[in-house]
Amino acid sequence: MTLLEFFHRLEYLPLLVAMRSSPWLFPAIATVHLLGLAIIGGAVLVVDLRLLGLGLRRQPVARLARQTETLLFVGIALMLLTGPWLFMCFATKYYYLTAFWVKLVCFVLVLLFTLTVRRRVVMGSRTAGAAPKLVAAASLSLWFTVALGGRLIGFP
Amino acid sequence: MPLLEFFEWLAATSTSAALRESHYLYLVILATHVLTLTVFLGTAIIVDLRLLGLVMTRVPVSQILSQLVPWTTGGFVIMAASGSLMFYASPTDRFVNLFFRAKMAMLVLAGLAVWMFFRTAHRSIDGWDNDPVPPMAARLAGGLTLLLWIAILVAGRMIPYQQYWFG
Repeated sequence: MTLLEFFHRLEYLPLLVAMRSSPWLFPAIATVHLLGLAIIGGAVLVVDLRLLGLGLRRQPVARLARQTETLLFVGIALMLLTGPWLFMCFATKYYYLTAFWVKLVCFVLVLLFTLTVRRRVVMGSRTAGAAPKLVAAASLSLWFTVALGGRLIGFP
Repeated sequence: MPLLEFFEWLAATSTSAALRESHYLYLVILATHVLTLTVFLGTAIIVDLRLLGLVMTRVPVSQILSQLVPWTTGGFVIMAASGSLMFYASPTDRFVNLFFRAKMAMLVLAGLAVWMFFRTAHRSIDGWDNDPVPPMAARLAGGLTLLLWIAILVAGRMIPYQQYWFG
């Protein structure tokens, strides 16, 4: 079975066929997905802006990171719970969309980056120099690509 | 209805038609509107959850209002500008759209809730600025605006489904 055949099989599972015929299920899941994006946006911005010397400048980076960590995980959990359903609804269409594959790769990359390199920098005490700014720039660029990819997937 | 006539006239102007028919420009405006949600709603959620005493409890509320809310406001301005352009592109469609009307009504309510916060709880902020859990009036304002922003998000996401729901 090729990947395309697998995607086709997913898309025509009885559950997914039922989902597509519902007038509210797809928009409801897409709305929760969008809310997840906003939550991630807030949690990431607070910390990355601070790394760039903007936003809540009077707070230590580590404190902001610790205090928004739960929110970040809530946002990521909402994405992971809703994203696969949106994908499976139109899996064969997504197979041909470059934006989908770019988004998927960037999402995996930004998750790994956030849990490793960025985590070590924001939880540490050294916030001077160029390194923290580079980390913030990389984090924001990757998340921006993920969000833009998501928007492009939905265009007709 | 005079308002509908005005929007019909607006829809017939050449710039409105050009915007409506310009595929890529419209998509750029729509993408800007949606992506700015991460700045506006993302930071608004944090402000509201702080007023509820649920996140960033060790950061004084006054610092969030002075250093984070400018980003919320900036995001709102971009969303309002891009949203206005989308309205301008198809004024009559939006005007008769029930999800759009609900969204506009709730935006007014959210504005009133923010105004109410600055008229009441915010006046005594010096007394509770560092409290992990702010007083009831502040929590009420935070909870109310949070619910309204989410309802506005839902209504906005449903705008393209008007035909599907109401024929």
